Amino acid sequence: MKRRIPLSRPLIYLVLILFCLFYLMPFYVMVITSLKPYQDLNVTRMWDLPTTISLDGFLEAWARVAPNFRNSIEITIPAALISSVWGSINGYIFAKWRFKGSDTIFMLFLFGMFLPYQGILIPLVRTLQAFGLYGTQAGLILTHCVFGIPITALLFRGYYAGIPNELLDAGKIDGCGFFKLYRHILLPISMPGFAVVLLWQFTSIWNDFLIGLVVLSNPSRAPVNVAVQNIAGSWSVEWNVQMSAALIAALPTIILYLSMGKLFMRGLLAGAVKG
Amino acid sequence: MSPRLRVSWSPPQPPKDSVSRPVAVDTQVRSGGQPAAPPKGSWFRRHFPWFRGDMRTAFLVLLPSIILVAIFIYGFILWTGYISLVDWKTAVENYDWVGLKNWKNLFSMERFRWNMRNLVIYGAGFMSQCILFGFLLAVLLNQNVKGENIFRSIILLPFAVSAIVTGVAWRWLMQPTTGVNLLFQKLGLEGFDFAWASDITWGALAITIASAWQFTGYIMALYLAGLRGISDEVVEAARVDGAGTWQLYRHIVIPLVMPVTFSAIVLTGMGSIRVFDMVTVLRGPSFSTDMLAFHMYQSTFGLYRTSLGAAIGFLMLLLSLFLVVPYLRGTRFEEGG
Repeated sequence: MKRRIPLSRPLIYLVLILFCLFYLMPFYVMVITSLKPYQDLNVTRMWDLPTTISLDGFLEAWARVAPNFRNSIEITIPAALISSVWGSINGYIFAKWRFKGSDTIFMLFLFGMFLPYQGILIPLVRTLQAFGLYGTQAGLILTHCVFGIPITALLFRGYYAGIPNELLDAGKIDGCGFFKLYRHILLPISMPGFAVVLLWQFTSIWNDFLIGLVVLSNPSRAPVNVAVQNIAGSWSVEWNVQMSAALIAALPTIILYLSMGKLFMRGLLAGAVKG
Repeated sequence: MSPRLRVSWSPPQPPKDSVSRPVAVDTQVRSGGQPAAPPKGSWFRRHFPWFRGDMRTAFLVLLPSIILVAIFIYGFILWTGYISLVDWKTAVENYDWVGLKNWKNLFSMERFRWNMRNLVIYGAGFMSQCILFGFLLAVLLNQNVKGENIFRSIILLPFAVSAIVTGVAWRWLMQPTTGVNLLFQKLGLEGFDFAWASDITWGALAITIASAWQFTGYIMALYLAGLRGISDEVVEAARVDGAGTWQLYRHIVIPLVMPVTFSAIVLTGMGSIRVFDMVTVLRGPSFSTDMLAFHMYQSTFGLYRTSLGAAIGFLMLLLSLFLVVPYLRGTRFEEGG
């Protein structure tokens, strides 16, 4: 539906521009503050552009968060890849091999996805401890993969449901079974689906704070968002360092978003049932 | 997990079955066995006629996920419920049964009353901002505006950023001595002076500005998809019947995007119950911005009052059920997800 509301065009643009300024304001403040030298960090000149551009803030922030940034990469990339492949197979089953009760199982998966993690954190920690995975990256990757099962299955189920059954039936006539159908018919046309799911999983795992905080409590092994919070929590750190650290932590997902906005949007709409 | 390896596990195809059937037979019928003749054989074969061939393979491939979800989600929930009924209050595990003692303890805490008060304030602020601004922005973007992509990208940009980053930026903006206060003072409002997140009374509400800044774009995107789904004929029909624009929105558009509004209520409501990251960064004095999730975290991992933490976590689950159950009931997952 495209409908005109009886507002003058300039007013529509004015309201939109004001909102956009509001949404850009924190980014503006982060960028200008991060580029200010120490002597420029005066609260009365917070909104002013830096008199000279200084990378001191970035250098100090990088020195502090670089190990955690690397941790985040080492956690997020494998977790996003594994959970996407896994979700693709699960989605294939939920969409194309619906056995008796599979819809109920799918519903129970979704139901679990909504529940707040606080209701499962204590047993999670005990279980990871029992298997010697507590405080390890492998433990955090496993946790992200397991908690990613519902959303990735949902996204891929929706994607594969759009592929006509006739295509699979043709494969079956040629003697393809469960795995060959997946490997030779679905997988080659799954790349757009993979892009959406990978992007979604990468963003949510990279931006996670709670699970990383609980599972990797050791500050030197923690993911980058935990490190940023630690920097922000200590009042001795200057604002330019805080803002630089926040920007460093935000950069990967911002770059992904800006370069793949359309896919991002598709994931958002498909994953509307996920909080 | 090489796919080629898995191909070799695939059982030999039953050629008779697939050849003798017509081409357009759908997956379920074909692998579901013989729909015409009543299934014969053992009890298992009779009750699970689908459990053979490729359908069995599919089930077995799904099985690890089912087991993991059963343990990591449902098993852990029950376990948390059990922990909330025992006397585990030190770093050492203790499963001595105390019944509802932890729950009574929780409900009588001053801090718990703050949690519930803040949940109401935070929920009201967060949900209303996201839904009102999300809808307004979607309607405005739906007016054939030039540069719609740019506007939409900017509004959605905060959603790509973590709650921690959002919180750090807004902590700077909400500094009483500078930030937004200074901006408004510069714009001529001399007396503009709020404590924002550090306000003892309204701190929880101030935090929702940051949360809504991050989340409104998502709600906007959902509404925009909803608006685009309304057919022009419906709108034209209303026009022909003489509906003005406001009537059109009041009686046609808003009711038609009700499913989106319902989703938005559930998503923002869940966000309010579980908010943790944002209140960790933008923490106000005393319990003024304390939320259930933060209380749970501190009790469990800071003070080792594990049973109390479990009670809070379980309570958060119960609160969520009020939103999730009606939501999943109302959502039909047909083909197309």
